[in-house]
Amino acid sequence: MIHFVLLISRQGKVRLTKWYSTYSQKERTKVIRELSGVILTRGPKLCNFVEWRGLKVVYKRYASLYFCMCIDPDGNELEILEIIHHYVEVLDRYFGSVIELTSLIICRKAYYILDEILISGELQEPGKRTIVRAVAAQDSLVETVKEQTGSISTIIAQASK
Amino acid sequence: MGSQGGFYQSKEFLDLVKSIGEARSKAEEDRIVLHEIDTLKRRISEPDIPKRKMKEYIIRLVYIEMLGHDASFGYIHAVKMTHDDSLLVKRTGYLAVTLFLNEDHDLIILIVNTIQKDLKSDNYLVVCAALNAVCKLINEETIPAVLPQVVELLAHPKEAVRKKAIMALHRFYQKSPSSVSHLISNFRKRLCDNDPGVMGATLCPLFDLITLDVNSYKDLVNSFVSILKQVAERRLSKAYDYHQMPAPFIQIKLLKILALLGSGDKQASENMYTVLGDIFRKCDSSSNIGNAVFYECICCVSSIYPNPRLLDSAADVISRFLKSDSHNLKYMGIDALGRLIKISPEIAEQHQLAVIDCLEDPDDTLKRKTFELLYKMTKSTNVDVIVDRMIDYMISINDNHYKTEIASRCVELAEQFAPSNQWFIQTMNKVFEHAGDLVNIKVAHNLMRLIAEGFGEDDDNADSKLRSSAVESYLRILGEPNLPSVFLQVICWVLGEYGTADGMFSASDITGKLCDVAEAYSSDETVKAYAVTALMKTYAFEIAAGRKVDMLPECQSLMEELLASHSTDLQQRAYELQAVIGLDAHAVEGIMPSDASCEDIEVDKGLSFLNGYIQEAIEKGAQPYISENERSGVLNMGNFRNQDHHEPSHGLRFEAYELPKPVVQSRIPQALLPSTEIVPVPEPMYPRETYQTPVPSNSSSAGSAELKLRLDGVQKKWGRPTYTPETSTSSSTSQKTVNGAAQVEGATTLNSTRETYASRKPQVEISHEKQKLAASLFGGSSKLEKRPATGHKVSKASSHVVEKSHVPKSSKEVASEKTAPAQPPPDLLDLGEPTDTSTVPSLDPFRQLEGLLDTTQVASAANGATAASRSPDVTALYADTPPVGIHNMGDADLLSGLSNPSVTNMPGATAKPQLTQSSGKGPNPKDSLEKDALVRQMDMCGQRDCHINMIQPYGIGGGLKIQERAETLVLCSI
Repeated sequence: MIHFVLLISRQGKVRLTKWYSTYSQKERTKVIRELSGVILTRGPKLCNFVEWRGLKVVYKRYASLYFCMCIDPDGNELEILEIIHHYVEVLDRYFGSVIELTSLIICRKAYYILDEILISGELQEPGKRTIVRAVAAQDSLVETVKEQTGSISTIIAQASK
Repeated sequence: MGSQGGFYQSKEFLDLVKSIGEARSKAEEDRIVLHEIDTLKRRISEPDIPKRKMKEYIIRLVYIEMLGHDASFGYIHAVKMTHDDSLLVKRTGYLAVTLFLNEDHDLIILIVNTIQKDLKSDNYLVVCAALNAVCKLINEETIPAVLPQVVELLAHPKEAVRKKAIMALHRFYQKSPSSVSHLISNFRKRLCDNDPGVMGATLCPLFDLITLDVNSYKDLVNSFVSILKQVAERRLSKAYDYHQMPAPFIQIKLLKILALLGSGDKQASENMYTVLGDIFRKCDSSSNIGNAVFYECICCVSSIYPNPRLLDSAADVISRFLKSDSHNLKYMGIDALGRLIKISPEIAEQHQLAVIDCLEDPDDTLKRKTFELLYKMTKSTNVDVIVDRMIDYMISINDNHYKTEIASRCVELAEQFAPSNQWFIQTMNKVFEHAGDLVNIKVAHNLMRLIAEGFGEDDDNADSKLRSSAVESYLRILGEPNLPSVFLQVICWVLGEYGTADGMFSASDITGKLCDVAEAYSSDETVKAYAVTALMKTYAFEIAAGRKVDMLPECQSLMEELLASHSTDLQQRAYELQAVIGLDAHAVEGIMPSDASCEDIEVDKGLSFLNGYIQEAIEKGAQPYISENERSGVLNMGNFRNQDHHEPSHGLRFEAYELPKPVVQSRIPQALLPSTEIVPVPEPMYPRETYQTPVPSNSSSAGSAELKLRLDGVQKKWGRPTYTPETSTSSSTSQKTVNGAAQVEGATTLNSTRETYASRKPQVEISHEKQKLAASLFGGSSKLEKRPATGHKVSKASSHVVEKSHVPKSSKEVASEKTAPAQPPPDLLDLGEPTDTSTVPSLDPFRQLEGLLDTTQVASAANGATAASRSPDVTALYADTPPVGIHNMGDADLLSGLSNPSVTNMPGATAKPQLTQSSGKGPNPKDSLEKDALVRQMDMCGQRDCHINMIQPYGIGGGLKIQERAETLVLCSI
C-alpha cells in the first residue's frame, strides 16, 4: 500500500501532497521536511529508493519536480517507480506538456487525476486511456452542469426579484 | 486538452502561488502564507460569498495546508461545499475534505449524510466523487451508515463505480474486518467481472484476505493461474498494455497472490510452474516495468514450493540485476538474492563480489539493503565480521531510526551466534557505547544477566574470567566521555557486583571510579542510583570479607550530597549505604551476600507474616481490607479512572453510549506503547541462545580465555585453523598480532617489487581490500564443508603457516603479484563457464585449494612466466584446463605432496617473483588465488548442513579454481 504521495520541487517546495495513511498536520510537515532533506541531496546516479523510518520511499525526478511515493517495506519498488511514471504520463497526456507541470500541478486537476489512478493507497486503474476518459467525462459534465446551474440561478435570481 | 481555461484561478491566487514560488527563504514563505491566512480568515466568513469565489478560497486553503500551515478554520466551509447541488462545487468540496480531514476528524459526521445521498445519485460522477471520499473519510464507526449503499454499487453498470466500490469495501475491511466479513464472497464474485480494471481492483482486497487466511482461498489457485496466463498471453485489450507489457500491474498483483497461495503447498505450486516459466521467458528485460515483473516472479518463485528450473531462471535474472549498471536493479538484485538464498543458498556464491561492491557503494540505500542481506546470511562462522561491519556503519550514521534498527540487529546476531563470551561482551560494549540510548533497556538487562549467570557452563572458572574481563573493559571504557545512560547503568551494576571479586582491583579503585561516574553524570538520577548501589555492594563485600573500609573523601562528599538529595530514591540509597557501613561483617553478609544476584528471592506476596498484626488491628475495630478490584467495582463510574479514560479521546466519541469496552481498548495501545517502540529483541530466545555457545568456549576454556584462543576454539570446531588471519582482519586490534608471525616471510618476498609497482598500487589496493573483506565476510560454510574431507591434517598444519603469509601481504598491500589486473574483478568472475563447473564437482575444490594455497608463491612465479606469453587473454588459461582431470585422479597424493615441498621451497620462491614481475601483466595468478580464497570462505551458502550443495556452487568461482589447478600443474612441471 502507498502511504502518501509527495511532489516536491528541486528547491524543496511542496507542489502536491496526498496522504493515504493517517498523519497529523505536524507529522506531515515533519515528513516533508525530513524527506526533502534526504531526497533532494541524493546524487543522480544513486538508486531511486530511500529507506525511511522502516518504510520505503520511491522517488523519481521529472524536470525540476520530484515525485515521491512511500510504501511498505515489502513493496515492489520498481512497480512503484512505474506507477509514478504512469501518473506522469497521464498528466502529460492530459495537460499536453510536462514542462508546464510545475505551474499546473497545484491545480486540483492533478488531484483528480491522482484520484483516478490511486485509491486508498492502491493502484486503481492501470489503463491510461480509461483515466483520461474518466477525467474528461468529469470535465465535460462539469461544464454542462455549470452552464445549467448558471442559467438556473439567473432564472431564480430574476424570478425572486 | 485545453480545459485549463476552466480553472477559475483568480489573479490573486496566481500571484500568491508565484510569490511563494519565488520566496527565497522559508521565513519569507511563512510570512506570505500567514498574510494569506489572515486574508482568507476575514473573507471566508463574510456572508453571501458567491460559490465560485468560495471554491477558490477552498483551493487556496488546500494550498496553504499543503505548505504545512493550519487551515482548520476553513474546514467547515469545505464540508459545506460537499452539500452543494452543483457537481463542480461538490467535487471541489469532496476534494478539499479528503485532503483536509483524517478519518478521525469530528467533522466527518457532518459529511456522512451527504455521502449517503450522493451514493444514491443517478449521476455516476457524483457517485464516484462520493466513493473517493468514502475511501478516505469513513471510519470504523461510520461504516454501517454507508455499507449497504456501497454493496449495492458493486453491481453498478459503470465499471468505474464498481471498481471504486470494491476499493471502498477493501478500505472498510482494512479498518474493521468484522464489519464486512459477511461480504467477502462479493470479492470472489467480482473477480469474474467483465472489466479487467474491476478484476484488477479486486485483487487488492483478495491479497489482504489471502495474507490472513491462505487455506480458504486455495480453490482460487487455478483461477488466478488462468487469469495470469491470459494476461501474459496478451488476451487483455491493448488499453491495459503498459510500455508494451501486457497489464504488468495486474501481473504483479497476481504474482504476489500466487506467492502466498503456493507457499509450502506443493500441489498448488505445481499448478503455477508453467505460467511462471512462461513469464520468465516472455517478459521484456529491457524495460523497467519488465524488471518489476521479473522481480515479483523471483519473489514468487522463492516463496512457493521450489522448482529447480524456475530457481535457475530466477538466479539468472538476479545475476543480470546485480551486473547491471543501474543502482535500482542492483538494489532489487540484492533484495531478490536475500529471498532466494533461503531456498538455494548456493546461488549466493557466484555473486559475492557483486555483494561486496554493493556494500562498499556510496549509495546508502544500497548499503543498507546489503546489510540486510548479510544479516540474513549470518551464522556463527561469519558473525564477527558482519557484526563488526554493522557496528562500524552504525557509528558512521546519524539517522536514529536506522541506528536503532541496526543496533538491535547487532544485538540479535550477537546473542544468537556469539563465537565466544568475550566477543559477545566486547560487541555489546560497542553497541552500547555508540547507540546505547537507542537500544532497548531489556538488552542491557540481558547483558547484566549474562554476566551474572555466565554462559550456562558448569565451569565457574570461565564465568569468573568472563566477569573480570568485563570489569576490566568497563574500567577502561569509563575513561571515555559522554557514555549513554543505559550503558553506564550496566557498567555500574557490573562494577558493583564483580568489581572486587577477582581481587585485581581494590575497593578504592572501584569506588573511586563509581564516584567519578556519579559526579560526571550528575544530572542522570538513574545512573547515580546505580552508582550508589554499586558503592554499597563494594563496601558490603569489603566488610563481609573482614577488611577495613576507608571511605574515599570524594565518596564521602557524594554521600553528603545525596543524603540531602531531592530525589527520595537517591536519598534512601544513600541512607542505606550509611547504615550498611555501620554494621558488622556477619550482618552485612546477610544483607548483601556476595555474587548472589542470580539467586532467587522468595517473595511472600500475601505478606502472611503480617497476619498477626492485622488480626490485632481488626480486633481493635479497624476496617478489613477491601481489594482494589472490589473497590473499583463499586465505584466504577465516579472515580479518577473514568477521567483517565477520557484523556486519550478527542472530539466526538461515537461509542459514548455503548458499553465502556471500546474505551478500554483505546487504553491498551497506550499501555503497550513502551514495548512497541523498543527494539524488538526476542527475549525468550535469549537464555536458549546463550546455552548454545558452550561448544566453542568449552574447548578454549581448557587453555586460556583470551580472545585469540577463543577464536582458535571456533576454528577447531570447524577444523580450519588456517582461518585465523581472515576472520580477524576486520577487528583491527587483533589483526597485527595474529598475523605477526607470518608477516616476515611475506614481506621479504614482496619488498623487492614494491617500488616497481608502486604506481599501480591504488588500483590494487581497492580490489585487495574488497577481497579481504569478502574473504572474511563469507568465511564459514566452506570450512564446514571441508570438514568431512579433512584427510591431510599434516599438510594442513604446514600450509597453515604459509597461508598466513598471504594475508599480511594483502593487508599490507604489497602483493607484488598483484599487477594491475587486466580486467576488473567482476569480469574475471565471468570466466566461470558453466561447462567448467560441470567438470569440477568430482572433487572437493576446497580441499584441493587447501594444498594449493601454500604453493602460491611458486605458482605465481611460475605463472608469471607463463602468463607473459599468454598475457591479457585470461580465458586462454581455461582453454588448457584438461589438467583438472589429472587432479581428479590423485588429488590426495598430489596435494599432500605439493603442500609440503612448497613450504620448503619458500626461500626459492621468494627469489622468483623478481624475475617474473617484469612480465607480470595478464592473468593474475595471485589475484585469482586470493579471489579463490575468498570464494572458499564465502559462505553465502547459508546452512552449515548443506554439504550436498558444496559440489555445485562454483558457477563463477569454479573457473578460478580451474585456473588454480592449471597453475599447480605448471608448478608440477617445474
